[in-house]
Amino acid sequence: MTLADDSPRRLTAAEAAVDAEAARRARASRIEGVAKWLLPALVLAIAVWFWDRTVVWNNIPHYILPGPGLVLQTLVKDWAILFDAMLVTLQITLMALAVAVIGGVGLAILFNQSRFAEMSFYPYAVILQVTPVVSIAPLIFIYVDNRMAGLLLCAWIVAFFPILANTTLGLNSTDHNLRDLFRIYGATRWQRLRFLQLPSALPYFLGGLRIAGGLSLIGAIVAEYVAGTGGIGAGLAFRILEAGYRLNIPRMFAALLLIATMGVVIFAGLSFLSHMLLRKWHESAIKRET
Amino acid sequence: MSDLIHRPTLPLGQRPKVLELSRVAKVFNGNITALRDMSLSVHEGDFISLLGPSGCGKSTALRLIAGLANPTTGRILWDGGQQKGDLGVVFQEPTLMPWATVAQNVWLPFRLRGRPFGAVRDEIMEALTLVGLERFADSFPRELSGGMKMRVSIARALVTNPRLILMDEPFAALDEITRHKLNTDLLTLKEKIGCTVIFVTHSVFESVFLSDRIVVMAARPGRVIEEVLVTAPYPRGEVFRTSAEYAAHCHIASKALHAAMGEAA
Repeated sequence: MTLADDSPRRLTAAEAAVDAEAARRARASRIEGVAKWLLPALVLAIAVWFWDRTVVWNNIPHYILPGPGLVLQTLVKDWAILFDAMLVTLQITLMALAVAVIGGVGLAILFNQSRFAEMSFYPYAVILQVTPVVSIAPLIFIYVDNRMAGLLLCAWIVAFFPILANTTLGLNSTDHNLRDLFRIYGATRWQRLRFLQLPSALPYFLGGLRIAGGLSLIGAIVAEYVAGTGGIGAGLAFRILEAGYRLNIPRMFAALLLIATMGVVIFAGLSFLSHMLLRKWHESAIKRET
Repeated sequence: MSDLIHRPTLPLGQRPKVLELSRVAKVFNGNITALRDMSLSVHEGDFISLLGPSGCGKSTALRLIAGLANPTTGRILWDGGQQKGDLGVVFQEPTLMPWATVAQNVWLPFRLRGRPFGAVRDEIMEALTLVGLERFADSFPRELSGGMKMRVSIARALVTNPRLILMDEPFAALDEITRHKLNTDLLTLKEKIGCTVIFVTHSVFESVFLSDRIVVMAARPGRVIEEVLVTAPYPRGEVFRTSAEYAAHCHIASKALHAAMGEAA
């Protein structure tokens, strides 16, 4: 619909220029919208094609580098094994994320409410965070008999810190005038936490959650590598190790593909959750007009 | 419904005293005197402006009255007692909760007293109607202009029908036209509900237009220099803004302010 359809009046030169400008901008944004999807897809297609040709032209044996077709075939053929393994890894990842949320937010609230608790424990939270989980994991599996609990603990250690750090920052980032207002109205500690600090912290928490989602997957995979022994309840990382021992390279690639997909899906899911929770009011979720 | 509309304005002598500051002082870190010997009586229905350069202690005075800080010496009495009275506050920024709708923001003072939304819906809508925002009850603050946000803030301050409303340079961050409009609307509002207001400002014109008493303050140390009575009767509108009386009062207040700044320099 253009201006000319609505009114019989002729457009002045200036208005026509403005209209052309707006149309150009609309076209540019449409092209950008398509390119956002088309370009990465194109890159993927070229990369896969190049990969395939490299394998074929150089006669590379499949136990060194399988072609993309073989990887997909393996994915289909081994779907039963790989899917079960994926469910195991997914379960550990999501449970670790859930425990990280509870632990991270819980500690953040505790630290926020009690300066002494923060002084006492915060340094150890940092130490736990900066020590690579690969180096702690073997010890954990010595002392924790339950393999599942061990995996969960490893993944949790990696994932809880961004939630703790971000939520702490959020709880302390309340508008000082609002804090004064709450004091003037005689708000209790609990009311201040519930009605002021927690909503203020929500965007920060969600930022931490997105990081923690990726980290809990990494934690789960690393823990599986360290835990080693498999059999029943083996996850994707174990399947990769196992396939590596058997020189079943196509399956290693297929498992890797699933892990990467999981990571992307988790990130996208958490981003979507974040958007839904913030879209009404937070700057980060608001689309700028023009 | 008409909870907010009340209190016919009586002559000063017959109106009860809401608040009394007697020789109130505030010293920070043992040696910085933010406020020295401030005495002030506030009667029901008063509109008092605290006018002065920055650093004159007007915001400090407001914080003391709000109970956000305690005076180093002197006493603040509410209705003759120590118990802090019911209070509404408007800051320089709208200070709204961005995650809550306009109506939920206005609900806040009630909510913190444990009153559920449904029980005070009428009061909230009435306050929003008074500031002309009844159609925006379900909007979020980010959807409103700066002036509209300030109106929400004012609605929140008066929704509980408080004994006293404190305003700390509420319109200083707004553009001149919006400010003009809000000044006029604030007076209309005051006429309607007869609230008692202490209004901090650094604008001579604003203080003359709004208040019946201007307390002129000086800086370093913050103290009261002079009180200017604005005798022009309410309601005041555009006619008053262009009158000789208004100009005369602005002249008096300006002179007092200059004296205050001269003394500080």
